[in-house]
Amino acid sequence: MRVNVTVNGEQRSAEIEDRLLLVHFLRQTLGLTGTHWGCDTSNCGTCVVLVDGEAVKSCTMLAAMADGHEVTTVEGLEHDGKLDPVQEGFMEAHGLQCGFCTPAMMLTARALLDRNPHPTDEEIREAISGTLCRCTGYKNIVAAIRWAADHPAAAETAPKEVQA
Amino acid sequence: MQVPAPFEYARATSVEEALVLLDRLGPEARLIAGGHSLLPMMKLRLATPEHLVDINPLERELRYIREEDGEVRIGALTRHRDLLESDLLAERLPIFRDAERAIADPPVRNRGSIGGALCHADPAEDLSAVCAALGARVVIRGRDGERSVDMTHFQRGPFSTAVGDGEMLVEVRIPLREHAGSAQEKVKRRAGDWAIAAAAVMLQLDGPNIGDAGIALTAVGVSEPRSRWAEEALRGSPPSEEAFAEAARRAAADCDPIGDQRGPAEYKRHLAGELTKRALRRAAQRALAEEV
Repeated sequence: MRVNVTVNGEQRSAEIEDRLLLVHFLRQTLGLTGTHWGCDTSNCGTCVVLVDGEAVKSCTMLAAMADGHEVTTVEGLEHDGKLDPVQEGFMEAHGLQCGFCTPAMMLTARALLDRNPHPTDEEIREAISGTLCRCTGYKNIVAAIRWAADHPAAAETAPKEVQA
Repeated sequence: MQVPAPFEYARATSVEEALVLLDRLGPEARLIAGGHSLLPMMKLRLATPEHLVDINPLERELRYIREEDGEVRIGALTRHRDLLESDLLAERLPIFRDAERAIADPPVRNRGSIGGALCHADPAEDLSAVCAALGARVVIRGRDGERSVDMTHFQRGPFSTAVGDGEMLVEVRIPLREHAGSAQEKVKRRAGDWAIAAAAVMLQLDGPNIGDAGIALTAVGVSEPRSRWAEEALRGSPPSEEAFAEAARRAAADCDPIGDQRGPAEYKRHLAGELTKRALRRAAQRALAEEV
């Protein structure tokens, strides 16, 4: 079947097998490997992407079900060389260790802040509870999202060089 | 890599079209809503439907929570998140918030639906007991019309319901009662996990005493959706610790849990009683708070 999905603002069209999962459509069909593929059982949440702005586990959704919808992956967080405040927050607060859960954590944070720009720490913890950090670095992930909430216009006002 | 067995995908844009598709594709067709129960089973090849009919485009028809004719009516495609965040449910049927806070996790709750949860009929699923305790009925539609089924007759066994071939569940109807309170208590191994055991209860006061009660347990091998024997211990009694203890004792005796990786049978039976008692206390507090 043919699907038409808006991915990171760009219209993408492909001929796919009906049973193709969204995570594999993103990673294999479109080559967007920023979306990670973890447990394959809806548990770990490293495959979280945004569908119409809401966090969804892409291993538990058919690509066919995304037809006609808008998908945002981690590749879509940065705009014209400017990082999303959430990405800045993860740098500022050391919000990642191995990085495997990071794309999902950042997208979950983006969805949370879009809906609730001033979340409590409790609300942040609840929002990210669908994604596991195998390094158990939750404290800094919460701090990173807190930083992003406190600096909503960070990227616009203070573009930052990513240090190698 | 876990991938479902091949199937053909179809998309319905109205309830009517979904019913036509089910009729045409036959008994090997399954509806898919949020897909968070069905797709994992398909990935494990525990379910191998030949056709999937996607009903997610039916949100305008089937995603709602509204009060009507003394009932709360919930459309089948209402997501777990909607149930968790609904002000109407928080005020009138807080048992839904109790349950939803502990169902899976936020991304799963963004997709999973009440109709999907009830129709999948996993014995460890929470909303079936919640709806049974509340005395809910479900509306099932086929091409020949609609029928309504009491939740106590809805489940025919694990993963089996009263929804027949060519039919779909479209709405859940919950009677609103005066002087009533409801609550769910659940114990699980870790955040987002299935219940080791859970108890869903409803209490309605009639003056100083309990006029009516609903008690339904999850994941502990009950033979009937509601524990009538335990409910009987409450009717006509004041909402007291003694009455709750007796109802809890009966509810625990009524269940027949199996020992598995979530715990031994005796522990689950203990939980069944203890959680029933805790849920009754909270339901009574809520019913009494509504009094004043």
